[in-house]
Amino acid sequence: MSEKKPERREFLFTASYAVGAVGVGAVVWPLIDQMNPDASVKALASTEVDISSVQPGKTITVLWRGKPVFIKRRTPEEIEEARAVKMEDLKDPEKDEDRAKNPEWLVMIGVCTHLGCVPLNDKGDYNGWFCPCHGSHYDTSGRIRKGPAPLNMEVPKYEFVNSNTIKIG
Amino acid sequence: MSDQVYVPKSKFGKWFNDRLPLLTLASHLTDYPTPKNLNYWWTFGGILTFCLITQIVTGLTLAMHYIAHADLAFESVEHIMRDVNYGWLIRYIHANGASMFFLAVYIHIFRSLFYGSYKSPREIIWIIGIIIYLLMMASAFMGYVLPWGQMSFWGATVITNLFSAIPLVGEGIVNWLWGGYSVDNPTLTRFFTLHYLLPFLILGLVVLHIWALHIPGNNNPIGIDVKKPSKDTVPFHPYIVIKDVFALLMFIIVFAFFVFYSPNILGHADNYIEANPMVTPTHIVPEWYLLPFYAILRSVPDKLMGVVAMLSAILILAALPWLDTSKIRSAVFRPLYKQFYWILVVDVLILGYVGAMPAEGLYLLIARVATAYYFIHFLIILPILGFKEKTIPLPLSITDPVLGGFPNTKIVKKKESLD
Repeated sequence: MSEKKPERREFLFTASYAVGAVGVGAVVWPLIDQMNPDASVKALASTEVDISSVQPGKTITVLWRGKPVFIKRRTPEEIEEARAVKMEDLKDPEKDEDRAKNPEWLVMIGVCTHLGCVPLNDKGDYNGWFCPCHGSHYDTSGRIRKGPAPLNMEVPKYEFVNSNTIKIG
Repeated sequence: MSDQVYVPKSKFGKWFNDRLPLLTLASHLTDYPTPKNLNYWWTFGGILTFCLITQIVTGLTLAMHYIAHADLAFESVEHIMRDVNYGWLIRYIHANGASMFFLAVYIHIFRSLFYGSYKSPREIIWIIGIIIYLLMMASAFMGYVLPWGQMSFWGATVITNLFSAIPLVGEGIVNWLWGGYSVDNPTLTRFFTLHYLLPFLILGLVVLHIWALHIPGNNNPIGIDVKKPSKDTVPFHPYIVIKDVFALLMFIIVFAFFVFYSPNILGHADNYIEANPMVTPTHIVPEWYLLPFYAILRSVPDKLMGVVAMLSAILILAALPWLDTSKIRSAVFRPLYKQFYWILVVDVLILGYVGAMPAEGLYLLIARVATAYYFIHFLIILPILGFKEKTIPLPLSITDPVLGGFPNTKIVKKKESLD
């Protein structure tokens, strides 16, 4: 390679390629982005749930954004059990106090963080949930304790509209 | 590779062929010199072509009645089964055809592994084959989602969630694949589109696969280079064609057995329950042809590493021509490789078996050992074997072992000096 100055022509080539690449990108992007969640899907962002009929120890499952959400009314023993766990025993350390603001009510997305199956209620080695697909065990706070799932079941954004109604999303 | 230049007999033929040499192509395909010792394991290429065409034809006809919508798909499949004329037959051929396709492709792949068909100069044929295999898996997976049964839905959920293992962008990619926050109608419609598209891509790759094959010509059970054309070869038509047709008929008997006598044995009963996003079936399994890879996925306790292991198990095959350091192609002349080959076959069958079982206790232990062995075979045994193995001397030609008995070094030397 000789130390010659870049010529006019080389500059034109490079500039043409660059403009061409931007053009191709501009055309391809809409074709890719059309697959992302559309406006109608995003519009279904929140759901209100009546929880007045849920008995202590029972779980109801509601659909939010196409995913099941577990709403569990925990018994004092279950709350006790969740709060007694030491942080160092957890794969994804998270305090029960942070997961359930109102300790009686645990609200979380009922989707296993491994590969997206719906775990079964009141099963598994930790009295919480058990995922039948690949054997992940969750405790009474929905935290991963054993199995291939990397994270605790996700707590969605929610609020108590009044003492009988939860708004998810 | 017929070396003589083909000239059409008729005047019109010549006129046409000068403008578009389709007749030259046809003549090449008929006269194509093929090693005369090809055994029945070589008939699966033709059988696979048959499978692909069967899937395309039955798929096109099913698409005339199927409705790709989350609320209607399940019913439209039942409509095909009950109301559409011969709908049951077409759907059962299509559903079992996928299994037959994989049965044939596995035999075809293991044929290559035994006879070293992936080695120089056939690496590109092999790699195109692996791409076809990957596209087949993608097509089959998306096709299985279309009836929108429980297994469809949860299979789609689990497989698409594999992408969520990718650090940082995983979640975004999964939502992009779904077109939402869960597997739903947008997912179904795009899977239908892609399921329709991929077979045609496969068809294009099959053309390249055959084109690449016709450059060096077929490997053969002895694995030595063959002079073409010579007394070691026969023209493709009629010799190989008739053998392929006979094997195809045998294959169709097996195919027909499944279609007419046990059309659902390879499927899963849960897929006759409509998809329900609230309930996961207690035991979800993929179709049988994906089980070995599923076992590998589950045998690794870490999410990301499980996915990496599963993908590597497939992609490692593309590197096989370079991982296998032996210059001898056929296992017939590789006494040690032959044994390791059969151990690998058993290993993959074990992986398939434990893939169908729950991932716990002894099954999990077996899956882990079998997974480890799978990688050891390709990454350690094969590279070392090429240097350590004492191979059996190769015959000079295909005809040689028949006419001259087993080759001994004296005859080999004498013949070499004659050349």
